[in-house]
Amino acid sequence: MTTMTIAKAINEGLRATLDNNPRTLLMGEDIGALGGVYRVTDGLLAEFGEDRVVDTPLAESGIIGTAIGLALRGYLPVCEIQFDGFVFPGFNQITTQLAKMHSRSNGNLAVPVVIRIPYGGGIGSIEHHSESPEALFAHTPGLRIITPSNAHDAYWMIRQAVECQDPVIFFEPKRRYWLKGEVDTESPGASADPFKAHVLREGTDATVVAYGPLVPVALAAADAAAEDGHSIEVIDLRSISPIDFDTVTASVSKTGRLVVAHEAPTFGGIGGEIAARISERAFLSLEAPVIRVGGFHMPYPVAKVEEDYLPGIDRILEALDRSLAY
Amino acid sequence: MGATHLPSTEFEGTAVDDQLEAEAEARLGSPAEPMVQLLAPDGTLGTDPQFSAYADRLDAEKLRGFYADMAKIRRFDLEATALQRQGQLSLWVPLTGQEGAQIGSGRASQPQDYIFPTYREHGVALTRNVDLAELLRQFRGVSNGGWNPKDTNFHLYTLVLAAQTPHAVGYAMGIQRDQKLAAAAAGTAADRPAEPKAAVMVYFGDGASSEGDVHESMVFASSYNAPVVFFCQNNHWAISVPSSVQTRIPLSNRAKGYGFPGIRVDGNDVIAVHAVTEWALEHAREGNGPVLIEAFTYRVGAHTTADDPTKYRESSEETLWRAKDPLDRLEKYLRAQGLADDAFFARVKADGDELAAYVRKTTRSLETPDIRTAFANTYVEAHPLVAEELAWFEEYSAGFVEETDPAGVRNDDAATGAVR
Repeated sequence: MTTMTIAKAINEGLRATLDNNPRTLLMGEDIGALGGVYRVTDGLLAEFGEDRVVDTPLAESGIIGTAIGLALRGYLPVCEIQFDGFVFPGFNQITTQLAKMHSRSNGNLAVPVVIRIPYGGGIGSIEHHSESPEALFAHTPGLRIITPSNAHDAYWMIRQAVECQDPVIFFEPKRRYWLKGEVDTESPGASADPFKAHVLREGTDATVVAYGPLVPVALAAADAAAEDGHSIEVIDLRSISPIDFDTVTASVSKTGRLVVAHEAPTFGGIGGEIAARISERAFLSLEAPVIRVGGFHMPYPVAKVEEDYLPGIDRILEALDRSLAY
Repeated sequence: MGATHLPSTEFEGTAVDDQLEAEAEARLGSPAEPMVQLLAPDGTLGTDPQFSAYADRLDAEKLRGFYADMAKIRRFDLEATALQRQGQLSLWVPLTGQEGAQIGSGRASQPQDYIFPTYREHGVALTRNVDLAELLRQFRGVSNGGWNPKDTNFHLYTLVLAAQTPHAVGYAMGIQRDQKLAAAAAGTAADRPAEPKAAVMVYFGDGASSEGDVHESMVFASSYNAPVVFFCQNNHWAISVPSSVQTRIPLSNRAKGYGFPGIRVDGNDVIAVHAVTEWALEHAREGNGPVLIEAFTYRVGAHTTADDPTKYRESSEETLWRAKDPLDRLEKYLRAQGLADDAFFARVKADGDELAAYVRKTTRSLETPDIRTAFANTYVEAHPLVAEELAWFEEYSAGFVEETDPAGVRNDDAATGAVR
């Protein structure tokens, strides 16, 4: 066991994949000498050289598009998109090409590209640096989307993303990059399957589902609720596509109440999908409507008011209160 | 649709209208732009200081082969257009007029090269030994691909314009890395035979040249000195929009801005196209970086079978270009040089008819896939949502089996007279 930050855990996970397979390579803007704007690729250029750690031109469509070509030639590219709000120049390549290549080739071609995207707010940044666009990708068949919430998962999930033969979008909770945790680099343990949700805290009165940056918030809300005598179960979704509905259903069958929290706007979001699925799977277990806690239907607001936008402990507690009042 | 623009198999040798030509060239902004041409429309073979050497390598059999390929693909194009008119294909994208550009460039490629087409490269597909009936799967609506690119190194058609151009550059970057990995491996296993050097060629048109992906691809290709040949068929029309809306300078000039060679070649001169492309692919394979080729040609027919060129261009313009036909000029040359006789041309025609019959027969029997294959091919690895939806679909479908009559025809199909 080693204690490290999420950023360092991803760095170590990438180092392991580069070490293990000569056909793995990293590409992105400023990932070489600088080590990425968040230093996630720090030191890797010096260790693996410029054919394996590629500083690219400033062109997101080009990054994703050339990664597709490299994958067609048998390489395992891991692309870094510098910030969530800058993925959109590459959106066409991701949705019309990357997601469909296996299907349109009738299974003959695979494009195991990984796209790393730091996402989410809470860092007081300027426009386009705080967004949560995961639902836009989750709506695209052919992609897989995962997001770690702790250092151990970060280390293993990036390795698992590279090993996956399907394209994977790896959302990194940027405001948690410096969150430290224990990492077992010898064994993934319970994190062997990146597409499985984890019950982080068991409870009996209500379930809170969160992922990425809101997992610590959900856990803190559960602690606060416990002081009021409420036993809250907390699930870290980990995979946004596919979603491990079995784990969520089992939890809701027990608690009868569900709150889903994410930073992205609630309208058309992952929370709505979970609410719909759970209403189909566990209708008779539900004691209350599934309640979503998320961003408002507005462009991500200016930094000075982002605390009013982001779901915090109190917003989750308020939702739990509403759920428990039914 | 309105007027049908079936590509004609025989072009009339109409006299060139000087004024029309001037107008057409004026649209390109630089009428004096030099263009590599070896075989003139009148069938005479000229010279070029750089490229005649490549043309000199072509023997009579090669030249006859070029003609046979061009005639074959033109006959195929005519047949596919007819199949669309008869409801056997939902759409067809004719190539007539562009045979020289496609056969010349495709025949210049080596088996180890990898080709990324757009969606009109039927002639290139022929040179890569793609089964032309398989090419029609996409247009019959039974596949979004139709062939396995690994068999021929001819990638699937890409319909989102220019999206394949960065794929080509990435593939070329992979070739560069393969060479380094192979060199490193050779250090430990010196007896291993060296792989032949490879390059990538990517096709796009004058319309797609405006897409950002072309720009980004050329930046990447140049920055990494990738072994890729950008082959732009300037056929003058992006559906209804003339090339003057895409560019005010010859497209080949754009290469200068990226720092690699750009060459405009007469796209209706199969010998010049072959020579220029051979040079460019060698240049790329030898590690000298990318090349842009602009093949100056013309889409004589419609953009697709859903298009009506009478809405946006004068038929006299088509007449002008028919006088520059790639097949006619090679036929004139072959006959004048005594390299092919009536029997050869009769045989080519018979081969074309045979291909057309094969394609017609095979198209009708192209199997409609089961939607279960779409479930199976969305992801490589097992996926719980796909599995859940497939299970639902199986259960739902099973509900209809009980209503099947003894002949095995589903009642809903029988009621609507659907042909399965």
